[in-house]
Amino acid sequence: MRAPLSWLAEHVDLPEGMTGRELGEVLIRAGLEVERVDEVGAEVTGPIVVGRVLASVDEPQSNGKTIRWVQVDVGPTHNQPHPDFPQGCRSVVCGAHNFVVGDLVVVSLPGSVLAGGFAISARKTYGHVSDGMICAEDELGIGNDHTGIIVLPPDAGLSPGDDPAGYLVLRDDVLEIDVSPDIGYCLSIRGLARESGQNLGVRFTDVVDKATPATKADGYPVQLADPACPLFVALGVTGIDQSVRTPRWMARRLVMSGMRSISLAVDITNYVMLETGQPLHAYDAALLRGPIVVRKARAGESLVTLDDQTRTLDPDDLLIVDDSGPIGLAGVMGGASTELRGTTVDVVIEAAQFEPNTISRTLRRHNLPSEASKRFHRGVDPNAAYSAAHLAARLLVELAGGTLSADETVAGAVPDMPLQAIDASLPSAILGVPVPTERVVEILRESGCDVEVDPSTIPGQERLSLVPPTWRPDLRDPYDYVEEVGRKVGFDTLPSIVPTAPVGRGLTQGQRARRAIGSRLAATGFVEVLTFPFVSAEDLDRMGVDADDERRALVRLANPLAETAPFLRTSILPGLFAAVARNTSRGNDDLALYEAGSVFFAGSGESAPIPSVEHRPSAEELAAIESALPRQPRHLAAVLCGLWRRPGWTGPGTPAGWQQAFAFADEAAAALGAAFERTPAQRAPWHPGRCAELRLGGELVGYAGELHPEVVHEFGLPERTAAVELDLDALIRLAPVDGSIRPVSGHPVAKEDVALVVPADVSAAEVQRALIDGAGELLESISLFDVYTGGQVPAGHRSLAFALRFRAPDRTLTDAETAAARTAAVAVAEQRCGAVLRAF
Amino acid sequence: MPSEQPADLSPAAIDRMVAEALAAFAAASSGAELKAARAAHAGERSPLSLANRAIGTLPGPERKDAGQRLGAARAAINTALSAREAEIGAAELQQRLIDERIDVTLPVELGPEGARHPITALIDLMSDVFLDMGWEVAEGPEAEGEWLNFDALNFTPEHPARFTSDTLFVAPLENHVVLRTHTSPVQARSMLTRELPIYVVCPGKVYRADEFDATHVPVFHQLEGLVVDKGITLAHLKGTLDHLASSMFGDGIETRMRPHYFPFTEPSAEVDLKCFVCHGASVGNPDAPCRTCKSQGWIEWGGCGVVNPRVLTACGIDTDVYSGFAFGMGIERTLMFRNNAADMRDMVEGDVRFSRSLKGMAR
Repeated sequence: MRAPLSWLAEHVDLPEGMTGRELGEVLIRAGLEVERVDEVGAEVTGPIVVGRVLASVDEPQSNGKTIRWVQVDVGPTHNQPHPDFPQGCRSVVCGAHNFVVGDLVVVSLPGSVLAGGFAISARKTYGHVSDGMICAEDELGIGNDHTGIIVLPPDAGLSPGDDPAGYLVLRDDVLEIDVSPDIGYCLSIRGLARESGQNLGVRFTDVVDKATPATKADGYPVQLADPACPLFVALGVTGIDQSVRTPRWMARRLVMSGMRSISLAVDITNYVMLETGQPLHAYDAALLRGPIVVRKARAGESLVTLDDQTRTLDPDDLLIVDDSGPIGLAGVMGGASTELRGTTVDVVIEAAQFEPNTISRTLRRHNLPSEASKRFHRGVDPNAAYSAAHLAARLLVELAGGTLSADETVAGAVPDMPLQAIDASLPSAILGVPVPTERVVEILRESGCDVEVDPSTIPGQERLSLVPPTWRPDLRDPYDYVEEVGRKVGFDTLPSIVPTAPVGRGLTQGQRARRAIGSRLAATGFVEVLTFPFVSAEDLDRMGVDADDERRALVRLANPLAETAPFLRTSILPGLFAAVARNTSRGNDDLALYEAGSVFFAGSGESAPIPSVEHRPSAEELAAIESALPRQPRHLAAVLCGLWRRPGWTGPGTPAGWQQAFAFADEAAAALGAAFERTPAQRAPWHPGRCAELRLGGELVGYAGELHPEVVHEFGLPERTAAVELDLDALIRLAPVDGSIRPVSGHPVAKEDVALVVPADVSAAEVQRALIDGAGELLESISLFDVYTGGQVPAGHRSLAFALRFRAPDRTLTDAETAAARTAAVAVAEQRCGAVLRAF
Repeated sequence: MPSEQPADLSPAAIDRMVAEALAAFAAASSGAELKAARAAHAGERSPLSLANRAIGTLPGPERKDAGQRLGAARAAINTALSAREAEIGAAELQQRLIDERIDVTLPVELGPEGARHPITALIDLMSDVFLDMGWEVAEGPEAEGEWLNFDALNFTPEHPARFTSDTLFVAPLENHVVLRTHTSPVQARSMLTRELPIYVVCPGKVYRADEFDATHVPVFHQLEGLVVDKGITLAHLKGTLDHLASSMFGDGIETRMRPHYFPFTEPSAEVDLKCFVCHGASVGNPDAPCRTCKSQGWIEWGGCGVVNPRVLTACGIDTDVYSGFAFGMGIERTLMFRNNAADMRDMVEGDVRFSRSLKGMAR
């Protein structure tokens, strides 16, 4: 809503000299979202005066143009002596021809500044010194018209030398306000003036000053056939003169309010709508066929709306119809068949009330936001209809020379407003600041509510009976009244009190675990990124995911942001692949990216119920909502490429690859005190020979390894890119929750190295397991320190060298004890893994 | 044993031995030279040692005198030797420390530079403000039941936020599953499952069918707070927001609650921060415009209000006994204010330079 300050000032006694910005501050405090205040015309400065054309000579120019050399009387203050005119005048060059001698025009004299900062000075042009300029609308910033200069009407009451600023409405402040859905009444000058008056404590004059009369059917016949239209006022105005132009003040206000000036009759309906908040519609009476009926649409009906679009109607759409069929989409847009046209002489003015939700659905269905629907779907004061219709009729009479028919139609009635009762102490209790009963009553009465103090209640515990004014459908619940009181008391007057919470339990185990993992991965060298969780089926194709893979259980969006990615991710990897591509395209080549987030697997496909909101849903209803949701585990994934360590002065670099992918998983597990078992696996999108399953306590948690070369190619990734993806929820669930501390032995350690030659298909983990099992409890630790293949081991074999550390808790081990433990370890490895001890 | 010169044990001879030894020690300029001097003058074959051995050949009375003289001489030599050893050791250490000097400006690293994403780090930091007050962190699913995302929060079926132009729906529409448009369904879940009183924050990812430009992303993060307790008022909300604001932006940050409308709160307000760039000086001052607050003096941070009793009712909470407040703000927006992040797209495009820009911390 754009509200010119001058218009507001006609309805409320604003303090002398108050600017739009100052009023804006007041309204912001009262809860109106004043987005900006335009100081219209502030850059245009005088002297700009009314002039009368005394003489005008056309002078053809060599460039083909004909200019006019004009003598113009600009009043005694500004006139210069001239031999031909005793009162004096100014001489100006003018390019326009739409005026004659004797016309009143607008002259900007040297020293004035026009729209766009255009400064006027006396200057030589076309062989004359032009001592000012005769202005067109665009030069004054009041319109786009540059077809000619402004010719002021003789009856405007202006004489040479007068300031035309007031008549032309050159200068105004316009408040632009984003009106929230609950205060639809502020989509009007009337509503904003009321708010201004109440918050400034000054007098407001209501333009809606006529009571809505009881039902009468004297005018154009109207039948209400649906409860979504409780009230319909129809007035007839005959004999309007379509040749009359919209007066400048009205056109200016429409334009400043963000609308266009179209024709006088249409402008009048728009003007009254902006002023009262009541949308109006005017029909050409000659084009109406039989009674106006308000009803729901029937299957198969259609309507050509004012914008010449054919709309197929839904049985839920509320219509205005006559004998010819639909003539309007109620409260949203009129029909083309009965709209005003140049030939219109008699009009029927409609001012009606429509149920907001019905309008809301129609507006959504047909995607037809209009000035009318914007107001109706928020709620329009039903009591404004009758006054607004009369305001429009009066303007048609006064400005367009029409005649108001004495016979009027009022179908239906203003609906009753709901009664509510609250404790007078409720605003204090909810706002947290004392508001005495008298103040509560006073505020609500100022807001237009009917307030009755229940006489049976005792002072201090009064109960209030409340009926909101017709323009406040938002006042319904007790807390709505609390807000109304709060807005008027001012939220800035509330004290600031931090509430005392009971003792909290801190983060949950899972939340702590996720923080620990994130911190550890970042500290280890991995960089967290966030990507959009939308994928396409082609992403899975390119990853080589089979048709029966669980990752094909995609959740489709009904209205995806992009048709190219209509599904929710079942894997984080496609998003990370895209992030790698974006990074490498920007020259960030060495990458260790990770992301933790939800993935989505299609569930039952059942519909989630929409239970009543009047009470807590049943356990069954809540369970049904849960079971309709996709399964949404959190995953943790990483992609590695380029170099893990760059070459430097200390030595060569280390490529990032499958080792770091495994290390990523190991670090994530280690953050929780867990360690994955890795076994070879075949799984898309990984290299079948370079992929490991990650298991905890035997349970599968994820996969890691080098990507399949074809996947690398498909996604345009660097060669040997590696990746890991695991079920973060499962990792946290399976991680140890407790631990016990063993005594630390102070006795000496005994170190033994063994190198074992094993067949190449025996894994290091198997050999290590065998050594551990064989070594017994004296083994303190074991680590693999060398892997060798080559001339000294048989083909198809490799040598694995382990460092073993033995220690007893209670004594120094003898050489014999250590040797026995070592031998026992090797014996199990020989037996289980076919290992052969290799001499160093 | 080879025949040896009879030792001269006269005082003069011994004094000479001592003098020669001390001169040799003093002349030694390194550990090696000192070692050689020691062997020559205090070693087994040094004149002093030979003299010592000869003592036994002297007659009784002379033996005693000679023994005393030799003892004194050996003591003098040993003292001098220790002193010189210490001197040379210190000098050699000093030289070593000089020789081993390194260039401390050489780059060193244990591994690549990792970082948590600034959004994740900020979520933790904001959550910590509330954890420190005894609140808890509540979470919920991102694909959510429409009832929990809208109906339970007092959105009417006609509310425009439920249009497909605003909300992303899981297909088919009639299954009533949406990508949550705010973290408020977690509030509803908290009210449905937690014991009263409730003091929780709900950080998380939310979705809107929104533009993708410098100031809008369709997938972003929010942190919401919910309190349901006896006697909760709007003043408690104000106190909580003031505390959060000063925790996030430093003491002295000014907040403003401006009445507004949200379905799930009544009274409702938007919370603004006093512009910390221009401090309001740009308002009505076209010569000094402020990009941060667009010359408004205040910047919108989030929404808040007293929990609408209709919401409490839908979640089975007795509105005669309990009241509550709720608030919510965008994490991305907060990051923009705190750390001057200019373009929201950077937050979701995965460029490692953005992730590393705060060195993995909220600061």
